[in-house]
Amino acid sequence: MGYVAVKGGTLAIEESIKRLKYERLKKRVVLDCHKIEGGMRCLIDQVMSESSLYNETLAAMAIKQAEGSPEEAVFLMRAYRSTLPRKHYSRTVESEDMLVERRISASFKDIPGGQILGAANDYTHRLIDFNLNEETDEEAVNWIREYALENVVDQDKTDLTNLPKVLNYLREAGLLPSCERDNREPDDVTKESLQFPTSRSERLQILTRGQTGAVTSIGYIALRSYGALHPTVGELRIGKLPLHVDNPFNEQNEDEDAYYIGEIKVTEVETLFPEDIQKFTGQKEIEFSLGYGICYGQNETKAIAMSILDHCLETGNPEYPTHNEEFVLLHIDSVESTGFISHLKLPHYVTFQSKLDSVRKSKKGQVGQNMESNEELNP
Amino acid sequence: MRIEYNFAFFDEGSKREIRRATLKAIAIPGYQVPFASREMPIARGWGTGGLQLTLSLVGKPDILKVIDQGSDESVNAVNIKKLIAITTGVTVSDETAEATIIQSRHRIPEVPLQEGQILVLQVPLPEPLRYYEPSEYETKKLHAEQEYSGAWLMLFEQIMNYGTMSTGADHPVMVHGRYVMAPSPIPRFDNPKLNYSQALILLGAGREKKVYAVPPFTRVASLDFEDYPFGVESFQDKCCRLCGAQGVFMDEILDDVTGEPFYQCNDSSYCLQNLNGKSRG
Repeated sequence: MGYVAVKGGTLAIEESIKRLKYERLKKRVVLDCHKIEGGMRCLIDQVMSESSLYNETLAAMAIKQAEGSPEEAVFLMRAYRSTLPRKHYSRTVESEDMLVERRISASFKDIPGGQILGAANDYTHRLIDFNLNEETDEEAVNWIREYALENVVDQDKTDLTNLPKVLNYLREAGLLPSCERDNREPDDVTKESLQFPTSRSERLQILTRGQTGAVTSIGYIALRSYGALHPTVGELRIGKLPLHVDNPFNEQNEDEDAYYIGEIKVTEVETLFPEDIQKFTGQKEIEFSLGYGICYGQNETKAIAMSILDHCLETGNPEYPTHNEEFVLLHIDSVESTGFISHLKLPHYVTFQSKLDSVRKSKKGQVGQNMESNEELNP
Repeated sequence: MRIEYNFAFFDEGSKREIRRATLKAIAIPGYQVPFASREMPIARGWGTGGLQLTLSLVGKPDILKVIDQGSDESVNAVNIKKLIAITTGVTVSDETAEATIIQSRHRIPEVPLQEGQILVLQVPLPEPLRYYEPSEYETKKLHAEQEYSGAWLMLFEQIMNYGTMSTGADHPVMVHGRYVMAPSPIPRFDNPKLNYSQALILLGAGREKKVYAVPPFTRVASLDFEDYPFGVESFQDKCCRLCGAQGVFMDEILDDVTGEPFYQCNDSSYCLQNLNGKSRG
């Protein structure tokens, strides 16, 4: 017998990868990354949020490479993120400092600073706009010019970088307990794996990088049935937050020593949950408690669902799976859930062969037992 | 925008962190050490735990072998090998005896491992107690208190139900008389190879963010009962259709034409070596 070489896997893989490239290019049009950045804002926001990496250009490239699949784009971004050393942590960001683009409250009609609708799909009719099929870059340029002219005469003097938080009103009125500032260094879930019970900083990190669909669905479960919470959105705000890092060469940093390194756009939500409070006298009172949600970009459904889950996990009622931190936190990560489900496509020849052996042995065992019992019946 | 990746993909800080966890795992045989598992360019559940261990350990002089379910040429093995080779430039080999690091999904090679070799096993579910306790918080306590009656009870119930222990691959083992450990789903056939292994065996679970280890010359016993001893998969009277080997783990394959099953070495490099040895001799 001559020399035998088992080959094939390598070549098959190469051909499969070529075929994938063919599928991306077969219409002979290449998607421009700038166009993705221009027109796929929401997808970019979702991908950046789920991958915990804020970079629109990279997200656009990942979306192109993934042919628009969010799970695949997030996967690419996370894998790239693993190669980046962590050099600095930003200073604590205060969301009062946000340059607000949109801000609404479902609790109060008149809020100090006013409701600001900003950009939202909420007020559109969901009718497909067939004109978009013919839209040109030139039309876009013209529209933008006219829109700019319209806004020149804007007389509104609201300071958008200094809007008060709606919830402060409730705190001042004594309807919402004021919470103490917790300035402990947050635990970093990307540096230490999750141990139970978790800290709140860990919970919030896992929730904010959770898969949008998963966070929304589990939040919906808590809202609809398991616990049937119905919170009120105290404030939802979207806008840009400035980031600062300390000078790494200073031992101690004064306020003015920080460097401004850029800004991130986020959606922040504070929801209110009515709760019974037992007084010392045995009487009950109702007070509000808080749920907090925040995520990169504009993704309002996810941020609201996150605030529901934050409240659920803080409460930890053992009756409901949505209140169980292992149930929620270990199952909402896009890369983890899609990875483990897709691994079922891998060959399982050995493990299956092993199980087959057990199945056969158990059948033999039962035949043996049946024969024995037959013998007992018919000696 | 062009970016070069570091040697072995990770930044040096990440590698150091994984090595620290690995050292701890070796110091406490069978104990699952949590680590900050990174996202990898291959999917979670496709060997990222093993891959992270390999990348944290590999150096330029290493010779690497990667197998998936016994095969060097399986798509996943090829893919992992390719990634490590691209980011490190190390030599790859199919020969078990030649390799210094062997990353494997669910098999321990047939050629006995030697001192100085490292076997890295990919682990999907590192928690042997998960079958009866879904909560991580609880299983951690059970391990701490060495409370393993659930594991014994699980096997006992199998015997009561089926007349035999019905574990497939991943039959739980006791390491150094202290920790019950999931041997990754290697077939029961390979469990005895863990016992007093000359090579260092590292197990990595990427999605579950755990590493654990069986250091060389460590006692590893498969859980069983005096009257129901642990048994491996039986390939009695079977021999490999290609190389004629006996007493190795076999794949059962259906003949396209006759519809009859035949058997073939699962360890493809071992089979190949046999065949080529014969042709040379």
